[in-house]
Amino acid sequence: MSFWELYGNKLLVAVGVHFLYVFASVASGFVVALTLGILLSRVPGIAKVALPLISVFQTIPGVVFIGILFLYMGMVPATAIIALAIYAVFPILKNTYAGLLSVDSSLLEAARGCGMSKIQSLFEVELPLAMPSIIGGLRMSTVYTVSWAVLASMIGLGGLGEFIYIGIATNNNALIVAGAIPAGIMAISLSLAIDFVKRRITRQGREVSLK
Amino acid sequence: MTAKLVLEHLYLVFLSVLFSTAVGLPLGIFAYLYPPARKTVLWASELLQTVPALAMLGMIMLLFGAGKTTVVIGLVLYSLLPIVHNTFLGLESIGHGIKEAARGMGLSKWDRLFSIELPLAFPMVFTGIRIATVTSVGVAVFATSVGGGGLGSIINQGIRTQNMRLILFGTGTLMAMAVLFDGGMALIEKKLNRHSA
Repeated sequence: MSFWELYGNKLLVAVGVHFLYVFASVASGFVVALTLGILLSRVPGIAKVALPLISVFQTIPGVVFIGILFLYMGMVPATAIIALAIYAVFPILKNTYAGLLSVDSSLLEAARGCGMSKIQSLFEVELPLAMPSIIGGLRMSTVYTVSWAVLASMIGLGGLGEFIYIGIATNNNALIVAGAIPAGIMAISLSLAIDFVKRRITRQGREVSLK
Repeated sequence: MTAKLVLEHLYLVFLSVLFSTAVGLPLGIFAYLYPPARKTVLWASELLQTVPALAMLGMIMLLFGAGKTTVVIGLVLYSLLPIVHNTFLGLESIGHGIKEAARGMGLSKWDRLFSIELPLAFPMVFTGIRIATVTSVGVAVFATSVGGGGLGSIINQGIRTQNMRLILFGTGTLMAMAVLFDGGMALIEKKLNRHSA
């Protein structure tokens, strides 16, 4: 029997599960990160303390997040998704904060001079200008998460990691490659897709500013 | 036993940063000097980083067997990106005036590279090495899955036996290591930048 006949269906399911993990965790991580990034950018004093702390947390390997959550929550998909989402928050949060702070202060003053409220200035001036940076963070998070989602299978939750783990444990080349290549392709295509969105958004931004 | 694992971890990180600098620096210079290859080199180093670490180690294990060689090769491939990119960017961002002045003084291409451009780009290159080091500390956790030892084995053991203390101990050591490297090298970076400014 060929490899495809034996494992084809399983592989397709694994790709789907893997993608769902990535999507769910990056999406929820994005919402949290954006909110926190905006809040932190309003209080730079706190951010100066909080951001270094966050980068220390970022050095915790994904294995540990998943491992510890596993001890408390057991073998449910939420364990993997929460752990991955926590990990996805960092790059987006950092880039949101940096992007918002890098907005030229003369533009902020112009916004205030036009009579914009703080909220208006945030949504109509600062966030659109910070968008390229925010999306850069989103891209980084997505690529990392595709990679870290391999760990979901460490606690028996499937995804492409299952192929890789079993392949390593049984010295089966075909299984390792079958897990690795789709994961690589997924990371690259998601990264290209986000780049595409970024280009469109920045172009729009420029058009708006020309009017 | 613990000290041995910490040393093992450091050894893996040290070797791989050494090799990836040895490979990444020439690649970055090559991308700078030879524009047609630029996109390919930068893109390839980026591509390598999108492969999940565990999958990368697994595939290398097929060629080199379980052990430290596999881990070091994997870590080298994984930490190429920051070094190649920063070498290239550092060289590329040198002011035109300086480059023209060097050419005007009659320096050859290689003289310019070694006595002017590389020294000026060095702080940026060093930043790349710092990023590569911190990343390697984290990725080396996977070493244990392919028989390379290191702190990952404590963490994995902790997860398997549901021993919270073991997990926290392994993680704490790992974090301390990453933070120390990051902070120490950032200090050196500051000094380098002051010099070149």
